[in-house]
Amino acid sequence: MSADIAAADRTAKGTGQQAVLSLQGLSVEFGPVGNSVYAVNDVSFELAEGESLAIVGESGSGKSVTVQTLMGLIRKPPGRVTSGRALFRGRDLLAMPDSELRQIRGRDIAMIFQDPMSSLNPVLTIGLQLTEALREHQGLGEAEAERQALDMLALVGIANAPQRMRAFPHQFSGGQLQRIGIAMALVCKPSILIADEPTTALDVTIQAQIVELVVRLQKQLGMAIIWISHDLSLVAGFVDRVAVMYAGSIVETAPVDDLFSATRHPYTIGLLNSIPSLTDGNTRLVPIRGAPPNVTLAPTFCAFAPRCDYAEARCREAKPRLEAVGAGHAAACWRWREVKEVGRVGAAAAQRHAVAAPRQEPLLTVSELKVHFPIRRGVLRRQVGAVHAVDGVSFEVLRGETLALVGESGCGKSTTGRAVLGLERPSAGSIVFEGRDYAGATGGDLTRRRRDMQMVFQNPFGSLNPRMTVGRIIGEGLRAQKIGTRASRDIRVSELLALVGLREALRNRYPFELSGGQRQRVGIARALAANPKFIIADEPISALDVSIQAQIVNLLDDLKARLGLTYLFVGHDLSMIRYLSDRVAVMYLGRIVEIGTTQAVFGAPLHPYTRALLSAIPVPDPKAGGTRRRIVLGGTVPDPSRPPPGCHFHPRCPLATDICTRVDPQARDFGSAVTGQHLAACHHAGQATP
Amino acid sequence: MLSYLLRKLLLSIPVLFGVTVIVFAIAHAMPGDAVLAMITAEAPSSEALIAMRRGELGLDQPVYIQYLNWIGQILHGNLGRSFVNGRSVGDIIVERLPMTLELMGVALLVAFVVGTTLGVISALKQYKLTDYSLTLAGFVGVSIPDFFMGLLLVYVFALELRWLPSSGISTAGEGFSLLDNLRHLILPAAALSLFRAAIFMRYARAGMLEVLNQSYMRTAKAKGLKPRTITLRHGLRNALIPLVTVFGLALPTLFGGSVVIETIFQWPGIGLMFIDSVVNRDSPVIMGYVLITAIIVMLANLATDLAYSVLDPRVSYG
Repeated sequence: MSADIAAADRTAKGTGQQAVLSLQGLSVEFGPVGNSVYAVNDVSFELAEGESLAIVGESGSGKSVTVQTLMGLIRKPPGRVTSGRALFRGRDLLAMPDSELRQIRGRDIAMIFQDPMSSLNPVLTIGLQLTEALREHQGLGEAEAERQALDMLALVGIANAPQRMRAFPHQFSGGQLQRIGIAMALVCKPSILIADEPTTALDVTIQAQIVELVVRLQKQLGMAIIWISHDLSLVAGFVDRVAVMYAGSIVETAPVDDLFSATRHPYTIGLLNSIPSLTDGNTRLVPIRGAPPNVTLAPTFCAFAPRCDYAEARCREAKPRLEAVGAGHAAACWRWREVKEVGRVGAAAAQRHAVAAPRQEPLLTVSELKVHFPIRRGVLRRQVGAVHAVDGVSFEVLRGETLALVGESGCGKSTTGRAVLGLERPSAGSIVFEGRDYAGATGGDLTRRRRDMQMVFQNPFGSLNPRMTVGRIIGEGLRAQKIGTRASRDIRVSELLALVGLREALRNRYPFELSGGQRQRVGIARALAANPKFIIADEPISALDVSIQAQIVNLLDDLKARLGLTYLFVGHDLSMIRYLSDRVAVMYLGRIVEIGTTQAVFGAPLHPYTRALLSAIPVPDPKAGGTRRRIVLGGTVPDPSRPPPGCHFHPRCPLATDICTRVDPQARDFGSAVTGQHLAACHHAGQATP
Repeated sequence: MLSYLLRKLLLSIPVLFGVTVIVFAIAHAMPGDAVLAMITAEAPSSEALIAMRRGELGLDQPVYIQYLNWIGQILHGNLGRSFVNGRSVGDIIVERLPMTLELMGVALLVAFVVGTTLGVISALKQYKLTDYSLTLAGFVGVSIPDFFMGLLLVYVFALELRWLPSSGISTAGEGFSLLDNLRHLILPAAALSLFRAAIFMRYARAGMLEVLNQSYMRTAKAKGLKPRTITLRHGLRNALIPLVTVFGLALPTLFGGSVVIETIFQWPGIGLMFIDSVVNRDSPVIMGYVLITAIIVMLANLATDLAYSVLDPRVSYG
């Protein structure tokens, strides 16, 4: 099989290029023999000099384990390589002793990691962390290593490099740290760069910067890249080839264009269907049903079969091998020929059910809301300033609609949501819910408000009490609100479980026994327990896998229609927001810069920040890369304790003029009878971006 | 940083004031007093003599007057005079404190170095024989009280093997020499440090295990650094940060431990002085001792806070 794929790869790349890395039949297991987790099963691929390959898969698909095994980074035990070879320029990385592999690590093959905040050592200066690989591998003296590190810092775009060498990681923003992480990986000019989800922890505009940087450096330094990601749309824009992994195996691999235009594997199709499109809005998302695979079963059958629409008896009995389905295109599916004919019709078939037109009556009116966190200094703890987390925000949420608050981390969107529920105390402004001002409410008032208003939290792993059963978690709100009797609450919990699509049997389970998607369903059931009218959903899907995200989004959509709910949806994933919201408010540094109907904001954005944000969204279409104009914003979000004067956005704005540095722009309505209200706070709203 | 220090020092004033009240109350509540203790120790005396002696020492005045007198003295930097021999309490403490600091300092240093090293080794060899043996030894270490460890060491090394002296700070009849002093130091310091070494080991092991799972350790490995560099440069620095707390917590217990150990080994530090003064109901010395240890412990806690900001650049006090 490997030979087959290798042959297919060679035809795809032409004959001139030599494979710099050839992985052949890698299998990795964790844990004791007989009770193994089959993390990687018979994975093979070739990487040509200068090529970029994306390995895409959900959590637990084995994508990270595969590359970490190559680098000798998995711990053995519990990890075991049960078969395979990894030839780097003809030398087997898996067979050599660690002392030899160490010479290759960092010098010939380098790696950047997911979370730049935690992957740099917090107690060492970045100068030391940058130079140590140079000194280790090239035996350079301190001065020469420092000079080369400075060159590299300049190359990745860190300003003031000489001063910053003595700084510590916590003194940088996430985007800057990832640049430093990249510089650290590239100091020795490796021939392969492995990027393990390097942008997942970053905001979308920063993600765009990092992708651009890596692509530029790849050309400059002529290295090959393996880019690990869970996001097919992201990699569509810049890689040569994609390998899709599921349950430890590559299920499909193809040149990037073919993967999107001639998709063969049902799992890949499912992934593409789970991503909301930026162009057509009304087709309902088609999630992959079921839960992530169980990798504790020996890989003797197709692991995707339990979730696959095409599965038949054969799929449950024997594991399909990768076979060539086109030039350089291989898929591991018994029925790929039939799949090919069906194609991606699933997406069009199911229409998103029409939601009753929202009545134009505000349920919630927030005006001039401010949440400032004091900064105290000195012997007497005097207040010397404040973090302006939310700095004068006004909006309405109409009964029956979904309003989305979007923005990058630190823009104040979550704080706004928390203040509405009374989890943060507003410093100023009013929060009127059903005609009553609740700003600053305490005690009984707050409890009453929470009967009508509930929150679904971001992290379903951290927001459920690990010592409580699912049933108690869901029913706790009812007990707290003293609603019903013990027996009636029991019945209500059963109803709620059914409502969110969980089996009654899960009632007595603990959160750790559930998958991420199930936990988030518990979180939603908990929020719905007391029959609230209004739900604040704080990034409810961002911690979930792509295929599960679509399930939860559809659930939220259904519940809204069935129960007549109103949502305030806080998020940063713009394509999801476009899909599920009626109106959108874009926040930047504590303020709303633009608010309007989803069609208006996404179709004709007025504020330069909104435009940049929209242009940074990755599109699941490799061909769009060339035609789409990207506005890559420079710099990062300023410190919210010292917001810039005038318009908060002016230091990063391509349209900024003198007035923007002095006068804070007021929101103006650019809407029409067709588009509805469409406010933008910009002196140059609507002007073409240079 | 400076304003943080200043604030901490200001806050320690009411704490010290509280300490004086408690110390005085306890010293006062002790059954008997210095005069009665002296009488049982010396010759039987008449009621009149007792009253006269009490008058000399100021013990006949109301409690609050006694307290205010004492506080007044302290504010003038004077800890009072011993009821027993009339010497200044300050002088006695200054004379004896170096011995105690020598004992405690060596014990703490040994405990920290040995404990941390073994803890790190234990973590690096997790679930191997070395780890299990060290963990077992650590368990034994925390289970044996100081005084028992002291007696055990005396029995084995002084009485049976006769390798080391069993008490004092130097051999009687010989002039003071550092070598001789250090030979006397080994047993009491070991008795005092073994328990603490075991504690440091436990925390160092836990700290290192946590650090080993951090992603910056993976980054360091991915750079192709040598295992030793990864452990020492990237791992140890981070693993030491939580140990600072343990270090700070060990200090007060060392004062308690040194009282017992100095008694067993007849080590003439302030611990031994404290026991003697309790026996003699010599309240100025008792109170002086407690006040001085309280100040040292508070300064040590402050030093612990400052050590954080040195070890961890993310910590800054403002």
